[in-house]
Formats: sequence, structure tokens, C-alpha cells
Amino acid sequence: MSADFFTDSLCDTASLPLFKVKTMLDIENLRVKIAGKTIIDGLNLKVDAGQVAAIMGPNGSGKSTLSYVIAGRADYEVTEGSIKLDGVDLLDKTPAERAALGIFLSFQYPLEIPGVATMTFLKAALNAQRRARDEGEMLTPDFMKKVRAAAARLNISQDMLKRAVNLGFSGGEKKRMEILQMALLEPRFAILDEMDSGLDIDALRVCADGVNALRSPERGLLVITHYQRLLDYIAPDVVHVMSAGKIVRSGGPELALELEKSGYADYASEAA
Amino acid sequence: MAAVQETVDKVKTLDVDAYKYGFFTDIASDKAPKGLSEDIVRFISAKKNEPEWLTNWRLDAYRRWLTMVEPNWARVHYPKIDYQDLYYYSAPKSAEGPRLLEDVDPELLRVYEKLGIPLREQELLAGVQERRVAVDAVFDSVSVVTTFKAELANAGVIFCPISEAVQTHPELVRKYLGSVVPVTDNYFATLNSAVFSDGSFVYIPPGVRCPMELSTYFRINEKNTGQFERTLIIADKGSYVSYLEGCTAPQRDENQLHAAVVELIALDDAEIKYSTVQNWYPGDANGKGGIYNFVTKRGDCRGARSKISWTQVETGSAITWKYPSCILRGDDSRGEFYSIAISNGYQQVDSGTKMLHLGANTSSRVISKGIAAGHSQNTYRGQISAHRKAVNARNFTNCDSLLIGNKCGAHTVPYIEAKNSSALFEHEATTSKISDDQLFYVMQRGLSAEEATALIVNGFVRDVLQQLPMEFAVEAQKLIAISLEGSVG
Repeated sequence: MSADFFTDSLCDTASLPLFKVKTMLDIENLRVKIAGKTIIDGLNLKVDAGQVAAIMGPNGSGKSTLSYVIAGRADYEVTEGSIKLDGVDLLDKTPAERAALGIFLSFQYPLEIPGVATMTFLKAALNAQRRARDEGEMLTPDFMKKVRAAAARLNISQDMLKRAVNLGFSGGEKKRMEILQMALLEPRFAILDEMDSGLDIDALRVCADGVNALRSPERGLLVITHYQRLLDYIAPDVVHVMSAGKIVRSGGPELALELEKSGYADYASEAA
Repeated sequence: MAAVQETVDKVKTLDVDAYKYGFFTDIASDKAPKGLSEDIVRFISAKKNEPEWLTNWRLDAYRRWLTMVEPNWARVHYPKIDYQDLYYYSAPKSAEGPRLLEDVDPELLRVYEKLGIPLREQELLAGVQERRVAVDAVFDSVSVVTTFKAELANAGVIFCPISEAVQTHPELVRKYLGSVVPVTDNYFATLNSAVFSDGSFVYIPPGVRCPMELSTYFRINEKNTGQFERTLIIADKGSYVSYLEGCTAPQRDENQLHAAVVELIALDDAEIKYSTVQNWYPGDANGKGGIYNFVTKRGDCRGARSKISWTQVETGSAITWKYPSCILRGDDSRGEFYSIAISNGYQQVDSGTKMLHLGANTSSRVISKGIAAGHSQNTYRGQISAHRKAVNARNFTNCDSLLIGNKCGAHTVPYIEAKNSSALFEHEATTSKISDDQLFYVMQRGLSAEEATALIVNGFVRDVLQQLPMEFAVEAQKLIAISLEGSVG
């Protein structure tokens, strides 16, 4: 994180009234193409510090694309607009730089990395981010302590930590491992992409508890989901409906319940 | 008076020698003229003060070599080598190196730094001339070499340059030299037999477990063995030795052609573990320059229940032509081959192994991990064969290839021959590509593209890395990351 960033934000805070909540993630008029096809089409979204925002929408509305674009995946062509985190423009940054700035993406389908022990992976990730922030590497005993505490909360065994990253893990184990990584990396802003997919109710509860433990006034959360069910466990402050590459409606938690009843039919027609 | 007599005698000896070998080259010069001839072979032999049998052995090899043709079956392409345009002998201490560390190629120093090599050792590896004496002194002052040499001597282990062994243990050298890789074996091995420069000689007496990994602590002193290295390791009955060859640091080298021969002999119940890290200059970004490495490495499990294990990490050289093999002659003997071959840029690797099952109940295991990046070509070529007397021969082969980018190639060429029906050979092969999804996942957690690639590749080669001695494995891991720099993004 640059020194400028700290100075700027301090100035901002000082000049603003104390009750004003700070915008953390700020997306303006975003347009994204992949292979020439427009997927995100003039999207605006603000998520404040301490806020849990949910994005709901039908399949193909561009929810996952949005999460990839925020995290900086290649192959997506941003033709217009901006994405800022704490006032810092993310679009010209690499995925690793964005991670060091505090962006975390919990994958819908976490990837397997054969031969790399989970513990090794966690340590490499944490220390890479710390180095990028000039914080110095974490000492191994401190690291072990931290991992053990987070693992215990998520019901992750020592054996799982010794196995290769996600290799042969069940869907539930993979998702718990994502939350473990989030707990360890302590991101400023986390995106949970379809966290509930492939989870039974018990696993969902464990993961949701893990996420809720990480809610903080200093952290923003963007929960992407197709179903309202997840929001019973992770209660959102605001709900946005996404369709055809943009936010078409925003409201409080009650909006999710309404969608559960009426479905996405109204919005899907809009997409077509 | 005595002194004068001594001088006279010396001159006479010189005269006699000159006559005997009939060579015209100035014996005092540090370099033989370019090209290869019987005179040059005699010159090399005379320089080393070799016995007649060895001179003749070299000459036989040379004459044989003249009748041979360079092999062309490997999947490597290179301009024709003019063997008359090469130097075949130059004294070990040449004064061609840079004078100060500041004069050394900064790229080379950057790699040393990444590998965590101490400054003094860096100077040696880079061939800095002025400091050499001082560095040796420092190295000696900690008495590492002396202590280890004493410990080895106590155990009865002979570990010395092969040129020294020719003088001090001629009976062992004569008995075993060329007994695994015969003079007639192949074009490059035959050339090596004629002109070999120097290399290591190891003899482990019966029942002795060599008290240390050989050569780890000697890597500084092991320098200047030249382009035609010759190594001979004998593990007598019931003994064990682990030998490390090479060094993770890229070494400064003036010679483009390297043709080494390594022979291992394991007698009854003996075990030899031979590990290599090869990191010679691979050529520049356009594929210019770089070392041609044509090596013949073979182990002979001569005794019953003997075992030979090869582990190699190949990251350097423009061309690698190398098949460390095992002749499983003794009943119940076992051969192993663990390999990581990484190619980047325009490197060409054709490497693998041969497991020749001759004895009953012999077994072998082959794990090969090839990684191709850039414009490189990476071939695994392996032969597994069972003689008709090799009842119950067993082999398991696993060769995996990993591609990075879409301009490189990975090839697997297995040759499997079983001449008896009780042999059981298994062959597994996979080819995969580091997926963009995988890379993005790791990068999202904070690793740069290069760090992410190195992490995934290190996972891919883990089975083999585990076979390396501990401290070597750590260096090898860093080396893998360095070799793959510039392969993504």
C-alpha cells in the first residue's frame, strides 16, 4: 500500500464530519467485455466500510465476472469505468497487488494445487502480502498459532492442513478452506462468490459463522449469491439485484425475501 | 654436485619422454593446440604422467572414435560440431577470469544472491582471479576440508581426483575404469575415454557407510574438472555412499561442448545414491550460445541385492542428452531414477533413463517430471528391458510433463521390452498445462505471476525433490523458481 494512500485517506477523514461512513469499494460506470461480448454494462456499486452487501441475480447476469474483474483476472477487457478501493484505483494493478491492498475473493470453485501442502501455501500467501506492504514476514511460531486458532473455529483438522491445497477435498472442505484463508489474510474487502454452492446446511452454518466472526467496522463484504438461503446466515445490510451486467435494484434485507418469493423472472426479461 | 646431477637427470627424463611419445607440443604450455590427434591424446596422458596402459587405453578409444558417427536419434538440433576446432587440454588454472567481482556479469551475481550463496563463494564460482588465494585460505582456515578428509580417511574411504587415483590406486582404476561404460559404448563416451580431463574417484571399502554426503563441502575445490569429466565410484560389498554432483549456481564456463562419463559400480548389498544439479549456461534469450551437454551416466548393480539411485535436477545447458541408467545384473538388485528436467527459452532436453533387468527379481522405479516453458522442447526417453533370465523383473515408470505457455513441447518416448513372461512393467504418463484458473487463484492470494508459477511447479516436482538431500533440495527449489523466470506474463 502506498504511503500516499495513507496520507490521502487521513486527510479525507479529517475533513469529513465524523458520522459520515467511508465508501470502501467504489465502482463507477463499469463496462467489461470478454471475447468481444459485453458482460458488465455500466455497473455502479458502492460498499461502505463495515457494510455487508449482497448481490443477487439470475444466472448469466455477470455476478461472477464482477468478482473476477474486481480481483484482477486477465482476459477481461475493461472498456470503461473505474474500480476503487479506499480511493485507490485498482484497474492498473496486478491481482497480487490488489490482494496486498486487501482484496480477497472466496472462489465458487476453489482450485487444486497438487504437491503443495496447504500450510506451505498459506504461509507463502500471507508472507507475500506482508512483504508487499513492507510488514516483514511473520515468524513461524506466530503463523502456526494463527492458523491453528482459525482452523479450530472452522473445524479444519491438522491433517487437512498437511494435505495438498484442496486436493481431494469435498465441496464443504474447500469452502471452509476459503474462509480459513480469509481469516488468515484479514482482507480489507472480501468477496464471497456463491459460497453456499455445494454446501449442506451444517457446512453452510460453519462457513457462515466463520464469515460473521470476520465482520468488522473496518472491513467490507460483498456476498454474491443466487439464493436467499445464504442470507439467513450472513445477514446483509443492503441487497442489490444484478441483471444483464448492471445493478437494477437496491434495497434492505427485505428485498432478498421478496426475490425468494417472486423469483428473477421480472429481471430476466429485462436482460433479454 | 648432487643438485647438478638432479638437473641432469631431469633433463634426461624429459628427453626420453619426448622421444617416447614423439610429440611436438611444448610440454610447458598450459594449453594444447586446437584439434584432436593421437599426439594430442598422448600429450594429455603425458601431462598427467599416466602409466602406459592408460595411454594405450586412451589411444584405443581415440582410434575407435575415428570410426564412429555422431548419433542423431535424439530430439535435439544443433549446428554441426567441428571437433578439430576445439581445445582438448588446458591447464586448470587459467588466468582468463574477471579480476574483481565488479567485473562479473551482474545477471550471474543476481542469481547467486537469489540462491543465497555467500560472497566469497560467489567470487570463486564466478572465477574471480585475484581473490582465489585468499578465499582458499579462508576456506582452509575453518578447516572444513581438512576435518572431512581426516574423517573419510578414518573410514577407509578413498575420495580424490581420478588423476590422483591413477597414481595412488592404479589397481582399482585399472580394474573398474570402462567396466560399466566400455570404451566402445557411444560416440561421446568414446571421445571422453580418449581425452578425459579429470573428475572424481570414490572407493568405499566393504561394509563401510560413508560418513558424509560426498562433494557437498567440496564444491569449491571440485572446480576446473573440465569439459570431459570422468567419474568412477565403486561401492564394495555392503557399503553405502551418497554423492552429490554439481552445484545450483551457474558456473562460468568457456567450453561449449561437454561430454562427461560417470560409472558407478555397486557390489553385493551395496548402495549408491547419486544426485546431480546441472545448471550450466542455457544460452541467451534468442537461443544463442549455451552449453551442449552429452553425458553418459551408467550404474552397474553388479552384486546381489545392490541398489543404485539416480536423482537429477536439470535446468541448464542449451542441449541436454543424458540417460543415467542402471544395469541390474545382480539378483534382487534395484535401480531408481528420479528426474526433474526444466527447459525454458530455446533449450532442448532429451533425457531419461535405461533400466536393464538382467538378474532375477530385479526391480526399478522411474519418476520423471519434465517442465517445458518458453520455446523449449523437453523429451523423456526411457528404455525398460527384461532379459530372458530376469524372472520376476518389476518396473514402475511415471513420467509427467507440465507445459507453461503454448510455444513449447513435451514428448515422451518409452521403449519397453520384456523377454520373459514373468516381468511386470507399469508405465504411467501425463501431460498437463498450468491452467490460468490455477495461476489466478494463487495470484489472488498475493503471489506474483512468477511466484505463483514457481509454487505450482514446485508442487509438481515434489516427489522428486523429496529424494534430494535436504539442503540440496532447498537450493533446488529456489533454482526452479529462477529457471522459470520470464516464462509467464
